[in-house]
Amino acid sequence: MKRMRDWWANPWGQPRLLGVITWGYMVWSIVPVGIAILFSFNDGRSRSVWQGFSFRWYWGDPNSSVLHDPALRGALEQSLKLAGLDMLISVPLGVGLAIGLTRWRGFGARPVNFLMLFPLVTPEIVMAVSLLLVFVTLYKIQLGTTAQVLGQVTFSISYVVIVVRGRLLSIGPEYEEAARDLGASALGALRLVLLPLLTPAIFASFMVVFALSIDDFVVTDYLSSNSSTQTVPIKIYSSVRGTATPALNAVATVLVIATLAAVTLAAVVYRILNARTGEKGTGVREIAALDV
Amino acid sequence: MIRRLFWPSFALPGAIWLVLLFLIPTYAVLAVAFGTTDPIFNNPVPVWNPLHWQFASMRSVLHESLPGRTFWTVDVRTFAYVAISLAGCLAVGYPVAYYLARHARRTKTLLLVLLIIPFWVSYLMRMLAWIGLLLPDGLVNRTLMDVGVLSHPYGWLDGQASSVILALIYGYVPYLILPLYATLDRIPGSVLEAGRDLGASPIRTFLHVTLPLSRHGILAASVLIALPMFGDYYTNDIISASPRTTMIGNQINLFFQEGSQRTIGASLVIVLSVVLAVLMSYYLWVTVRASRTTELA
Repeated sequence: MKRMRDWWANPWGQPRLLGVITWGYMVWSIVPVGIAILFSFNDGRSRSVWQGFSFRWYWGDPNSSVLHDPALRGALEQSLKLAGLDMLISVPLGVGLAIGLTRWRGFGARPVNFLMLFPLVTPEIVMAVSLLLVFVTLYKIQLGTTAQVLGQVTFSISYVVIVVRGRLLSIGPEYEEAARDLGASALGALRLVLLPLLTPAIFASFMVVFALSIDDFVVTDYLSSNSSTQTVPIKIYSSVRGTATPALNAVATVLVIATLAAVTLAAVVYRILNARTGEKGTGVREIAALDV
Repeated sequence: MIRRLFWPSFALPGAIWLVLLFLIPTYAVLAVAFGTTDPIFNNPVPVWNPLHWQFASMRSVLHESLPGRTFWTVDVRTFAYVAISLAGCLAVGYPVAYYLARHARRTKTLLLVLLIIPFWVSYLMRMLAWIGLLLPDGLVNRTLMDVGVLSHPYGWLDGQASSVILALIYGYVPYLILPLYATLDRIPGSVLEAGRDLGASPIRTFLHVTLPLSRHGILAASVLIALPMFGDYYTNDIISASPRTTMIGNQINLFFQEGSQRTIGASLVIVLSVVLAVLMSYYLWVTVRASRTTELA
């Protein structure tokens, strides 16, 4: 009893209950996904009863494995294609917007700054409906890959701005001013001083946009035309309640592995870049402290 | 002149993008909701001029939202589900964020990695995982039957409100923990030590120092997950797929995917947005205020 009281009275002691809750939460959040991944290696058709280990649903099955089922393979390709295009378009736009908004003090900066925040708080279904309606009635854009990319970029830009602007604010204008004092042009200072300093943030933006795009369901689904533009999340949504085989788990697993590989690679590069500019940290804490 | 346009020109492409693909689409929802319907093809015909707006479909949506009518039940159910899920998320998420910010030492990086992993696993994949567990012959039912709690499999996926709420909590809690952690991590330890030095018990220090200092963080993070929950339809469709658990998002989705009554759907979107505008303005206010203080500092 006394030990209990001492433990309670010491504010810097290890609060075991909180520790138990935290580790319990971690197990609860990750184990179900682990089990779903495990069942992608199931030898039978069941997604809930274990029937032995095999790669049947990855490439073994001649008709319905990820490799041989054109619908699943197509979904995987569409997911990755959209992620690539989204990254290529939204990162430059967002970086430009972040630089412009932090340095520009004119009368237009405020409304744009305000507008940029809205996609972050608008429920996805509202955004999906509005994009669908404007494409169909006003812009006459065919639903499909183009429309999906336009939609994904629209919600990705704001996240890039948040990531890059955080870095810009912590850098401050001094380095650039020093470069200008030493005779660099405005563009030269930007290219030679600001952009190298921003590289880690730009890298982080690529990671964030990749994750946003891969994860997105609502906007991508509303703007898809037919089964040829279905992504993996759409495939999961449309077949998870039916008689889906573990091939569905397998295609989702491939996507998870691709994402984790990309993220790990990015984290390693991020670390190297940071080490070059003399900063410590793995990037994990920076991303976790990201307020979005 | 050129110098004055230097910085704005960087922001211009992004700004134009947002005007064309965010601002104008938002107006398109208004134009469709207050527009008319093509009598032959049953397509919505948007009316872009506000002077010619028709309010018939909005009136019928509002009428149906009165107590006792179709949308009323759905609205009340949505609020209840979101409120319970939010409370659940806070009950799970706050202790975790608190432990991470205050007490985790050597394990901090590992815990943060574990915390971020759900962000790299698609939401739908995480729902897929639960479907596998909750199937009639899934692990949950088999475990409960082995222990003797259940005598026959329980239909977790047959339109149970509890399953939907648990799925919502599971789906959204990571998005709550990260911003909460960021808030709690920013509270300086010296403030807490001061509280303790002045004789406050750990609980009093928590109630009078930590909690007030994290109030805005808690509210902002709650808003951040409540907004998408209000528009969520896929969690419900996957876990329940029964009209007994229909939420506003499902109702809107129905009007659009079936394609027949888009003006009604657009009106519902407007009603939802107006209700959520209160929450959104609060979040924007907190964000703008926070960014201003960082700029000053």
